[in-house]
Amino acid sequence: MDIFGIPIQALLGQLMLGIVNGSFYAVLSLGLAIIFGVLKIVNFAHGAFFMLGAFTAFLLAQYMGANYWVTLFIAPLTVALFGMLFEFLFLRRLYGLDPIYGLLLTFSLVLVLEGGFRVAFGSSGQPFATPELLRGTINLGFMILPIYRGFVIAAALTLCLATWFIIERTSLGASLRAATERSELTQAFGINVPRLITLTYGVGVGLAAFAGVLAAPIFHVNPSMGSSLVIIIFAVVVIGGLGSIMGAIVTGLGLGVVEGFTRVFYSEFSSTIVFLVMVLVLLLRPAGLFGREES
Amino acid sequence: MRTLYIAAIAVVLLALLVVPFVPQLVYSVFVMKMLCFVLFACAFNLLLGHTGILSFGHAAFFGTGAYVTGQLVKEYGVPTDLGILAGGLVAAALGTIIGALAIRRSGIYLAMITLALSQLVFFFFLQAPFTGAEDGLQRIPRGTFLGVIDLRSDTALYYVVLGIVAAGLWLVWRTVNSPFGNVLRAIREHEPRAISLGYPVARYKVLVFTISAGLAGIAGSLKAIVFQLAALYDVHWHTSGDVILMTLLGGMNTVFGPAVGAALVSALNHYLDPFGAWVTVITGVVFMTCVLAFRQGVVGQLNLWLRSRRTSMTSAKGQRRSHAHQQ
Repeated sequence: MDIFGIPIQALLGQLMLGIVNGSFYAVLSLGLAIIFGVLKIVNFAHGAFFMLGAFTAFLLAQYMGANYWVTLFIAPLTVALFGMLFEFLFLRRLYGLDPIYGLLLTFSLVLVLEGGFRVAFGSSGQPFATPELLRGTINLGFMILPIYRGFVIAAALTLCLATWFIIERTSLGASLRAATERSELTQAFGINVPRLITLTYGVGVGLAAFAGVLAAPIFHVNPSMGSSLVIIIFAVVVIGGLGSIMGAIVTGLGLGVVEGFTRVFYSEFSSTIVFLVMVLVLLLRPAGLFGREES
Repeated sequence: MRTLYIAAIAVVLLALLVVPFVPQLVYSVFVMKMLCFVLFACAFNLLLGHTGILSFGHAAFFGTGAYVTGQLVKEYGVPTDLGILAGGLVAAALGTIIGALAIRRSGIYLAMITLALSQLVFFFFLQAPFTGAEDGLQRIPRGTFLGVIDLRSDTALYYVVLGIVAAGLWLVWRTVNSPFGNVLRAIREHEPRAISLGYPVARYKVLVFTISAGLAGIAGSLKAIVFQLAALYDVHWHTSGDVILMTLLGGMNTVFGPAVGAALVSALNHYLDPFGAWVTVITGVVFMTCVLAFRQGVVGQLNLWLRSRRTSMTSAKGQRRSHAHQQ
């Protein structure tokens, strides 16, 4: 069966690949959105934390013989702690200044992290085995799904929904939102706002690292794996509207799918389609699809 | 303080003029590269320092200048001078388009938009048939300048590059110290007020974007001629980051601070080259220190220091005078 002259198997395959990529975009831009919402800092190092997650998993597996499920838990936690330390020591000094400085500081962190890993491991990729349990494929009848990819989609979506739930539906999320709206007033209610901010940064960074561990068996683990991704994530965030959590998730997934389809019909365009969509959205809705116009 | 600056500029200019005669001291090709980045950084700072616009995609203009000049000179046999001019013009045109799109948002959004758009330009040069993809556009002939000066000689090329960069810097200085520059500063300080005063702010922003992009393009064109190579790195976002680092390191609220920053970063890259990947780590640490502790940059700090010294000196003098008066 063909659709527009493309075998349906190939189409569905690319669609699935698009959803997998979209899941990564969603998790990463969600983290970026949360961090920006609370800290008013655009975390340029988001891609580097993604890379750090993958590398931590790789190192845990390689040198400590940790199994995949342990790394999936420990690696994001370690990276999140590192991120919180970074926030506590450095990022904290820039609050209240022009957000440009936050962007620049996190950019310099990228240089240090990427350079450091390149010194230690070289530029070439390190292989990372797919966990035993998730190898192989299942035949869905209309297409063949590699189990691990299915797992990535499920895990990413679960994580996104859980994060959305915590922020929008729990008391912790309520105080977080209060802290972004009226920081001083929230403090006066006895909520430790600086600690809340550090924690938020940790969660955002942890999300990025989690995506990194998920990505490790699919891509080669290498120092620059995050830096090309982070620019796409920025475009996703501009398209979705930077403040919006739902916007990050929906736009991330949607753009993954759009990218997948473009690869089928006009593959030369697949790496630029996201940016073209961004231009289009900017022309029609400067605040982004889900964003509110800034005052 | 003014005389001090004039003296400093004179010394630097004199030092630059003698560079080709002391090859054992400094390599003139390295100085040419440095000069290209000096122009690039000063052009960039028209936006960041003087208008308050952070463009995170300036490599797009630098690289476009390099590729356009390279292609014209190499494949179509265009004279080098016209090639450089064309590089600047195409980059300026691109700057008008990207600027007009990007200024629809401000601040951090604008930075992300310029970054994404420059990535579009990057992919264009990665995939366009004439650019040689990963290998870059190689063996660009240097040709002759104005039909008489043979640029194959490093010395002749050096003076041409020096002249063009000096002209570019003069243009930056002229722009900043003009009524137009005053409006740009007004936009930086308080945009709503500039709007309420009746200035067509958007038009001013697009215009300064165009000038900045054009000069950045010329810097890229010069680099392509000097190294006879236009490469993907010229359009890569790393280069956009580098130019921000240069500007911040030198001092973004000054006219020639970015030039100092560009010289420092180029020197850092040149002399630390044997350390390989460590260079990235070191530049990262320098950058971090700047953002955290020296946001004024080298020239900015120097200005502050000179000014505070002068005020303390005058106040000391004043005190002495009042003492004498009492006695």
